[in-house]
Amino acid sequence: MDWEGQKLAEQLMQIMLLAFAVIAFSAGYFTASFQTMILTYAGGVVLTTLVTLPNWPFFNRHPLKWLDPSEAEKHPKPQPSVNVTTKKKSIKK
Amino acid sequence: MHSFGYRANALLTFSVTILAFMCAMASLSDTLNSPSPSAQVQVLNINWFQKQPNGNDEVSMTLNISADLQSLFTWNTKQVFVFLAAEYDTPKHPVNQISLWDGIIPSKEQAKFWIHTSNKYRFIDQGSNLRGKEYNLTLHWHIMPKTGKMLVDKLVLPGYRLPEAYR
Repeated sequence: MDWEGQKLAEQLMQIMLLAFAVIAFSAGYFTASFQTMILTYAGGVVLTTLVTLPNWPFFNRHPLKWLDPSEAEKHPKPQPSVNVTTKKKSIKK
Repeated sequence: MHSFGYRANALLTFSVTILAFMCAMASLSDTLNSPSPSAQVQVLNINWFQKQPNGNDEVSMTLNISADLQSLFTWNTKQVFVFLAAEYDTPKHPVNQISLWDGIIPSKEQAKFWIHTSNKYRFIDQGSNLRGKEYNLTLHWHIMPKTGKMLVDKLVLPGYRLPEAYR
């Protein structure tokens, strides 16, 4: 799961759970049945789990673009130079 | 980070938090209900009325209780416990309550009822104060919800009087 996918999964989870909570509460209240509310919400939680838990392909639409290995060769890692350290040591002495 | 387990944990905690909030809202929605219960109690007969050897007065009576408690039921009500108490005052104690009958109403369909019964629990005064005593019969009820706060209320039916003499 890439960065955009993580953001999407998090937002989907929160929005879906809140939406199902609102739907379940109003369904239960207007049919005057506590059981309806619990069952509707349980269904919503199961559906949200199926959507946001597995690593679906649509969470991987923005793969990270790593630099080409040739770029790394053009800009080599700065090496600690032996000369600088010896100079400092000599100054201290 | 943001592995399968992390997502499962976030989903579980968030869904349970919302469930708790929904239950709190369900309990709050009970306050929107303004019930209008009604009840009548007739004392059909004083079966016997005597002084016990230890000096306490005891009465046995036949009651006809009819009540309509359907308006107490909401979508968040599990059951209603109801009991009928005789209430009177004596020189020594300003408040005396004696439970005469009780019952559990499990559903709204059974909340409109009438029952013809003698007192289920003994009506004994700790003393000898019952002759000619004026008393109230009070119907108390406890509404037990599926979630949240238990609501308690009562209906006072005044103007009953016990006979002047033992029989």
